[in-house]
Amino acid sequence: MIKRVILGAVVILVVAAFIIVWNPSISRIDPPAAGSFKQADVDHGKVLAGLGNCGTCHTANKQKPFAGGVSFPTPFGTLYSANITPDLDTGIGHWSEEAFVRAMREGVDREGEQLFPAFPYTHFTKVTDEDLHDLYAYLMTRDPVSQEKPANKLEFPFSLRPLQAGWKLLFFDDQRFEPNADKSDAWNRGAYIAEGLGHCTACHSPRNDFGAEQTGAAYDGALVDGWYAPALNTSHSTPVAWTEEELYQYLRNGGSELHGVAAGSMAEVVHRGLAEAPDSDIHALAVYFNDLSGAGGTDAAGARKTAATAIRDAKAAGQRQMGHGEQIYAAACASCHANDPDSPNLMRPELSLNSAITAPDPTNLLRVTLEGIDTPSGLDGVVMPAFHDALDDEDLVALADFLREKVDRPAWKNLQARIDELRQP
Amino acid sequence: MATKIILNGEAVTLDVADDTPLLWAIRDHAGLTGTKFGCGIGMCGACTVHINGRATRSCITPVSDVAGTSVTTIEGLGGDGSHPLQDAWVKAQAPQCGYCQSGQIMQAATLLQDFPNPTDEQINEVMSGNLCRCMAYVRIREAIHLASDAMGTTASDAEEKADA
Repeated sequence: MIKRVILGAVVILVVAAFIIVWNPSISRIDPPAAGSFKQADVDHGKVLAGLGNCGTCHTANKQKPFAGGVSFPTPFGTLYSANITPDLDTGIGHWSEEAFVRAMREGVDREGEQLFPAFPYTHFTKVTDEDLHDLYAYLMTRDPVSQEKPANKLEFPFSLRPLQAGWKLLFFDDQRFEPNADKSDAWNRGAYIAEGLGHCTACHSPRNDFGAEQTGAAYDGALVDGWYAPALNTSHSTPVAWTEEELYQYLRNGGSELHGVAAGSMAEVVHRGLAEAPDSDIHALAVYFNDLSGAGGTDAAGARKTAATAIRDAKAAGQRQMGHGEQIYAAACASCHANDPDSPNLMRPELSLNSAITAPDPTNLLRVTLEGIDTPSGLDGVVMPAFHDALDDEDLVALADFLREKVDRPAWKNLQARIDELRQP
Repeated sequence: MATKIILNGEAVTLDVADDTPLLWAIRDHAGLTGTKFGCGIGMCGACTVHINGRATRSCITPVSDVAGTSVTTIEGLGGDGSHPLQDAWVKAQAPQCGYCQSGQIMQAATLLQDFPNPTDEQINEVMSGNLCRCMAYVRIREAIHLASDAMGTTASDAEEKADA
């Protein structure tokens, strides 16, 4: 009798697990003719693909947009992005809109296989039917590129896709975006973009041991893809709060006088992703992140005053030092970065206001110093030289310590370790 | 791989390795030797050129990073050497041996763009990365003030003419 009960329970569990894990394959379709989509939908889909920054993760070779193959090192092994061009054999040419929507909202591919959450379906699930339709229209009208996705190199058992069903039970809500009735239309539009297609927290929030975003620490800042995505909530490290105006400038043009310049992955977001978005969407994002950063009450004049004080304090603190770090700063940095405290110049990014100096992690300062900033990144046409051969480790540590002292923050403790990692070819 | 830039107003293709410092592409491949090699590590300013109008140390800037930009060297600054800074340099007799001077002038041009009426403190801050082993700093500072005055006069003259 007991045996039967156990057997019955096991069968029920297996069937239940199967039902949870199993997803039907959605039939192959002949790819829809380009003319079957309205041009307006395709055009809007292009803007949406930018807001979702699809191209950055799905383009390894700029000559082959959306053909995938970008590697993502994770604690569980390396993943590669899929080919999302409408190629029949290696892309999504045979995917119906239903299959595309299921992938975006549930993280399951056309054949019913679980996708890994490096593909942020946890965010895309919030996107509306209309937007998914337009995005589908845009992707299905791209040039098909034949390019096989490299095989993922995940460690066992993380390589088992069915296990993702369990991950979803723990960390995934299949929910569309719900507007907040207490907030403005612009705020809700900003939230819809940021939390949905924009998947901002995918970089700006720390993740737990299972690789899921820590919901209690949304926008606390995190190290991701070799860059530090700074905190965007009230725990932000910068002396000046993010006003709407500064957010707008930063997201539209790639730089803000009172904060600094978009580099690394964020340069891609601004110059590639958001470039096609209308001003109203950039403004909406500015409204949302202004609220999130707790800067709702800060006006432009107040922000400038705070900045002036911060720059003056940093100058005064810098003049008290006469060590090796100060010497390097005077010789290598000040010619481009010194500012008048009352009118910091966008073309001379002010370091004492910049999260690369004030954040709890030194990665961004070290990387930008070592690698420089090329023309496509940062501000339009402004480059920063690469100091990797110019400054040795001791110089870098002294410079970083000096810059931290200038802004009255404790020295970073992991400088040498981070330098070692970043100097790896 | 070849990199295309606009050099002193002319489109040029620099057929050098991507990681070649811009300085060597300018001197050895484009044949413009007004820009000098000093320390090679971005600490002395002798190699300063303008990239899209901003002073940048060319010895540590890889040529691939400046693809598509407009690069100006001392040869292209005033065209015929008549930039107000060049005039001021002569008036103040700023150079001694002269080696660092093209870098000084290129850096000073960006300084005056950002700080049209610079204080001594601002000049010191921005120009500290441009070393002069002859110690001509006092005359360099004087020349920058002279140029600033000349450019200010020119600008206000132009405004007055526009108003009239």
